[in-house]
Amino acid sequence: MTRNLILGGALSALVVLAALISFLWTPYDHAVMNIPAKLQTPNAQHWLGTDHFGRDLMSMIMVGARTSIAVALVAVGIGMGVGVPLGLTAAARKGSWLDEVIMRGNDLVFAFPSLVIAILITAVLGAGAINAIIAIGIFNIPVFARITRSAALSLWEREFILAARVSGKGAARISAEHILPNVTNLLIVQGTIQFSLGILAEAGLSYVGLGAQPPTPSWGRMLADAQTMVSFAPHLALVPGCAIIVTVLGLNLLGDGLRDHLDPKLRVART
Amino acid sequence: MALRSLVLAAGSAIALMAGGAWAKDSVTIAMQLEPPHLDPTSAAAQAIDSVVYSNIFEGLTRFQGDGSVVPGLAESWEISGDGTVYTFRLREGVTFHDGSSFDAEDVKFSLDRARAEDSTNAQKALFAGITAVDVVDPQTVRITLDAPNGALLFNLAWGDAVIVAPESIGSIKTNPIGTGAYKFQNWVQGDRIALTRNENYWGEPPALEKATFKFISDPTAAFAALMAEDIDAFDNFPAPENLPQFEADPRFQVLVGSTEGETILAINNKQPPFDDLRVRQAVTHAIDRQAIIDGAMFGYGTPIGSHFAPHHPAYKDLTANSAHDPEKARALLAEAGLPDGFETTLHLPPPSYARRGGEIVAAQLAAVGIKAEIINVEWAQWLETVFRGKTFGLSIVSHTEPMDIGIYARPDYYFQYDNPAFQALMTRLEASSDPASRTTLLQEAQAMIAADYVNGYLFQLAKLGVAKAGLEGLWENAPTAAIDLSALRWAE
Repeated sequence: MTRNLILGGALSALVVLAALISFLWTPYDHAVMNIPAKLQTPNAQHWLGTDHFGRDLMSMIMVGARTSIAVALVAVGIGMGVGVPLGLTAAARKGSWLDEVIMRGNDLVFAFPSLVIAILITAVLGAGAINAIIAIGIFNIPVFARITRSAALSLWEREFILAARVSGKGAARISAEHILPNVTNLLIVQGTIQFSLGILAEAGLSYVGLGAQPPTPSWGRMLADAQTMVSFAPHLALVPGCAIIVTVLGLNLLGDGLRDHLDPKLRVART
Repeated sequence: MALRSLVLAAGSAIALMAGGAWAKDSVTIAMQLEPPHLDPTSAAAQAIDSVVYSNIFEGLTRFQGDGSVVPGLAESWEISGDGTVYTFRLREGVTFHDGSSFDAEDVKFSLDRARAEDSTNAQKALFAGITAVDVVDPQTVRITLDAPNGALLFNLAWGDAVIVAPESIGSIKTNPIGTGAYKFQNWVQGDRIALTRNENYWGEPPALEKATFKFISDPTAAFAALMAEDIDAFDNFPAPENLPQFEADPRFQVLVGSTEGETILAINNKQPPFDDLRVRQAVTHAIDRQAIIDGAMFGYGTPIGSHFAPHHPAYKDLTANSAHDPEKARALLAEAGLPDGFETTLHLPPPSYARRGGEIVAAQLAAVGIKAEIINVEWAQWLETVFRGKTFGLSIVSHTEPMDIGIYARPDYYFQYDNPAFQALMTRLEASSDPASRTTLLQEAQAMIAADYVNGYLFQLAKLGVAKAGLEGLWENAPTAAIDLSALRWAE
């Protein structure tokens, strides 16, 4: 266990815990406005203060964590669910037209700056959490496809795969039974990194108004709302900003720690 | 060392220039939206009027900062006994910026162009009753109406009724030639429009030689530009939350006035369940105006109970008619057969009064069981879906035209209010030029749309001007979209 792994795990757990608790309890109803009590700085009643509508920031951050995690998780799920089979197929059919089509298609998606295309997608499909998920998900596909393919390619050269081929297994079965289990560690590490990028992307989309729509709280939109008020109510921007930092930092540390822990190459190098 | 002293010398020279004459005879005023072009007679965009009204183009009559109508290019006028013939005496010695002289032919050309069949004027209704515009002699114009119209002088003061030069009409959108106190100089698209003083102006020459309009759409950038003193004034500051900071800062003055903008929760009267009066009434009772003014506008704005500006003499306070009463709203919904509420859409254009106000309205509606899905739209999309397409449930928008209660007489207008009694009332209003009976009719009209709960009436949009402390002569209110430069001067 490395320090990164522990710290990253703790920060990530904190955020996930806040999101989970929000299903059962929040200090206040995150959607209830209390305009006379607006723009309070952190105090005993409102631990993180209130926003410009008098909503409790602590409650909004907790429910907002839910939005962020849900969007990023499903988006990474889409990326893995589509990208990994694509990568496995490309590796199994290395050099064929299928490999070319898949990998050049990936290059095409990869060539565009992801957030710009995500903005395009949500602008066309309409703003909202579901479309943000789709947009972020699409950009996760080539990441997973590439990483799976490159890892699988080296595996295909190994003797145990040759043995499997000799025993008469087809490419599909070999991919599922022998290749996939051997790239899982890699995928977990990459998944963690992509998860943190997904949270950033969701915050970015919400910031420009294309993510989850009000009244669903979202960290990015909280930042956008706070923008004109930073000069006199800095806590409005600091609170969601710190939430994003803690989450992304935690997930990145976790990803690093997991890689150190799981990657067979690094493990060999250390021992 | 030599280089350093050179830089220092150059720096102090610039400082001297900036501190001297330059600051005294020019002004830079920022506004949020850039005009699409500069022809006020062929588009509805308010930003056009803000730049050109009374600065570049003038009409026969004109608005003053307090909303009163005074003579413009017409020096005086006579009205025939039956109220259908107006004879205008034009000012002498007026020339257009290109040197050509202004006379009755230009007036005839401008008004005929505006009211023509194929005219693209955004406010053609202003000219609806005019049957003929005749040139009596170069200094006299006669306008004949089909029926008396008490609002004609008011209508002619609009930016849509300004006098344009026939010779330069082809390039009016990019190089406007008018009779005003300022000449168009240049336009850097996306950034600014520069005007210079018209040295041949017929009236009192303005104090400032140069004026620049700068376009800053982002509220944060607007705040920064003012704080850095890059601009001298902001016409209507988009972020009311920042005003206390300007008020507390001795470098600035804050001018809080009123616009003609009735901010309403527009209801699609033809879309079920809003075709039921009880449902519309329930919506209005669900709304707490003061909470919206405090939450969305940080306290700036006056509650209204009908589609009428509170600063107008004929205003009638009808806010009690749709007072905040969630219990009553729920009861009305139950009566209308919707005890569990219903779902609808709430389309919100970009200004903060709509976006923030919409979040509050949605929360207030949710409290009585109406689930309004917020759909944030850009202006182009709003015009497409709400204004032209009429595929919306609710929307929030500020109607900034002055005296626009007449839109309720148009059944095809986007909120689709179709009441023959109201339409008849408007016909009577148009025919009446007696101030007392006009007031009575206007109050009747206000009461009628309030009783029909056509829309939710929220508040009169405030005009939030911010300027450097020494700048004098700015309009506090906005009786029409205009940034009148003629009276601007820097205090000594």
